[in-house]
Amino acid sequence: MTEPKFSFFARLLLALQAFWRTLSDPEFATGVARLSQGTLPAPAAEAAPGLRQTAPESALQLLSLLQQEGRFVDFLEENVSAYADAEIGGAARVVHEGCRKALHAYFSIVPVRTESEGSRLTLQSGFDPAATRLTGNVVGQPPFTGTLMHRGWQVTAIKLPQLAEGHNVKILAPAEVEL
Amino acid sequence: MSTARYAVGIDLGTTHCVMAAVDLTQDESEQVLQQMVAIPQLTGPGSVEDRLLLPSFLYLPHSDELAPNDLTLPWGIQPPFVVGELARNLGSRTPIRLVASAKSWLCHPGVDRRAPILPVEAPAEVPQVSPLQASIHYLEHLRQSWDYQHPDAPLLEQEVTITVPASFDPAARELTDEAAAAVGFGHRILLEEPQAALYSWILASQGGWRKQVKVGDIILVIDLGGGTTDLSLIAVTERDGSLELNRVAVGDHILLGGDNMDLALAHVVRTKLAGQNISLDLWQLQALTHGCRAAKEAMLTDPGIETMPVVVPSRGSRLIGGTIRTELTRDEVTHTLVEGFFPWVDAAARPASRARTALTKLGLPYAQDAGISRHLAAFLGRQTHATEALAGFAALPPNASFLHPTAVLLNGGVFKAPLLAERTLEMLNAWLQAEGSPPARLLEGADLDLAVARGAAYYGYVRRGRGVRIRGGTAKAYYVGIESAMPAVPGMEPPLQALCIAPFGMEEGTDAALPSQEVGLVVGEPVRFHFFGSSVRREDRVGSVLEQWSPEEVEELEEIEANLPAEGRNPGEVVPVRLHAAVTEVGTLRLEAIPREGNQTWKVEFDVRGQE
Repeated sequence: MTEPKFSFFARLLLALQAFWRTLSDPEFATGVARLSQGTLPAPAAEAAPGLRQTAPESALQLLSLLQQEGRFVDFLEENVSAYADAEIGGAARVVHEGCRKALHAYFSIVPVRTESEGSRLTLQSGFDPAATRLTGNVVGQPPFTGTLMHRGWQVTAIKLPQLAEGHNVKILAPAEVEL
Repeated sequence: MSTARYAVGIDLGTTHCVMAAVDLTQDESEQVLQQMVAIPQLTGPGSVEDRLLLPSFLYLPHSDELAPNDLTLPWGIQPPFVVGELARNLGSRTPIRLVASAKSWLCHPGVDRRAPILPVEAPAEVPQVSPLQASIHYLEHLRQSWDYQHPDAPLLEQEVTITVPASFDPAARELTDEAAAAVGFGHRILLEEPQAALYSWILASQGGWRKQVKVGDIILVIDLGGGTTDLSLIAVTERDGSLELNRVAVGDHILLGGDNMDLALAHVVRTKLAGQNISLDLWQLQALTHGCRAAKEAMLTDPGIETMPVVVPSRGSRLIGGTIRTELTRDEVTHTLVEGFFPWVDAAARPASRARTALTKLGLPYAQDAGISRHLAAFLGRQTHATEALAGFAALPPNASFLHPTAVLLNGGVFKAPLLAERTLEMLNAWLQAEGSPPARLLEGADLDLAVARGAAYYGYVRRGRGVRIRGGTAKAYYVGIESAMPAVPGMEPPLQALCIAPFGMEEGTDAALPSQEVGLVVGEPVRFHFFGSSVRREDRVGSVLEQWSPEEVEELEEIEANLPAEGRNPGEVVPVRLHAAVTEVGTLRLEAIPREGNQTWKVEFDVRGQE
């Protein structure tokens, strides 16, 4: 946008207005002072939507806990196609029992919706789309009425172990050498 | 009294330690607020978590085993040893560096409990610690945990109650107190665990306990911990219109607990696997024990489950290929646990005991009979007369062969299994019915895992005169052996008499009278005495002399030792002394030798170097 070119009289009028306002309004005076020193603040820009990398530390810590309690990495790294279902089932018990224990020890997990799955429910306007996702025939305006397909899960409390300074979290499970 | 802000209860258990606290500044009411205290501990190298239970394990790592950083505790120290969950975990792979069951060693009279003897199987280069030192490490960890969370109220300044088994002998109580003193607890008291369990029940009832018991009730407390079984009888009496509780009897020290049951099941499965030519190493056996515990809990809770799979994971990274899968059937659980530990016997049953062989291996004196029902029958049978002297108690039927309890309080994680709790009660009621007494009722609302610590914290509150207090005192009368003055008979040792020096039921902070009989002490050298205790002779007074007794009635304890320094006397001279007993405020028995002349006294030691 091009600024309009000021005539002499227009400039005189502006100068007089500025003179009086500088005298009477301290905030305006501060702005004039900044302008005269050439340090005009840049207009506050809208923060651009950004992405960030999460810290890998807690992810590694959790992997290590799942491995320690439930042999999680061992299980996923194994070639299951070589075994019969019964054999996999036996190992799955170890994984299920241990990982479940770890999950419950470090997280308090509750469903997002308390209604039973398959029931009809209505979402009022202003619902949190991150916690409740609309699917299927998504048209119109709230309130939306639909069927609960999955209750969702949310964590209400996290209590991960504290880690010592300098602890190498990249070691998910140490190699064991028996002497 | 001190200016403590909290009453803190510490359950210093064989397998776990637990800590609870009561704020002493709260208003007096039946609803006492009480909190469990979290115990931060290493759960993996370099990883610290808050837990309510501190496994009573100490691990002594090799210098190359863990980096110093991996031992950092939240309060910024890196001790050269590990206590708690990580200790137990590391020890399952390297047992030669693991100290376990230190508490059972603390009451083992066959060893010097101040000498570094643990871990028992440690090779020469592993530094060993004494049972006493291990207990100090656990208490020290609890102190640091507390102080970290309560920087304004250090634990050493609080009212601390430490629990001990009711069956702990004077030496074990004194060693527990010594450990607490070494940590620096200024205001410490010992409390018997079954009493603590009952206090916890009283606290949980929020005043309702007065409606659940009445004068004339005899409450049997069965405390089945991880490593020990502890029995007590508490009688309900009345004084000035209000109910009073009296602990009238305690059982023998029985090294038999929940851990034995899990191990027994693991051995059943191991035998089954051995039949399929599958052998397990130590680590796998541990994993199997763990799996059996989970299967046992599921089956004993849900009578509908007939079999439970038990899986022993492989030790290597190949989980599916190396995993051993087997199952535990209801028959095996019922047979091993119910028939093995709670066999259906009648009230006349007694535990089988083999005569101890002369060559005893260095190891814990585990109960030789795993039948808890037989131990219970023996206890009740021995205590038939426990309530005779109390007012308000209906006399037992004339042919009663055992004391008839009217109520039962169960404690310990084992009783989470309804089947075992029901079995115990049903059998007791069958005994009662056979002798024409009404069935005993179960006191409801017990908190099986945390009750002892909770009750101990509440006891600190009760000691300030608020709420009902269980009266107890020493659960035994104590005697020293003196040689009777009779002409020597060749080839025969002079018969031993037992001189009573402390009567039954001495309360904390009281002194026994001085016996008139004297014993001779040799100056300058340690002199040992035979020492006896009786949990049934309630009528003996100081100075009573027993000429003969049955082993059922009077039990020989560990020898005691007096050492009279030679100052101002000739070495070898025999000085007549009288033995004086007192029960300290803490709750330990103290014996002193008082010479006829002079006003000096010498302490008589309980913990004599192991019986060679």
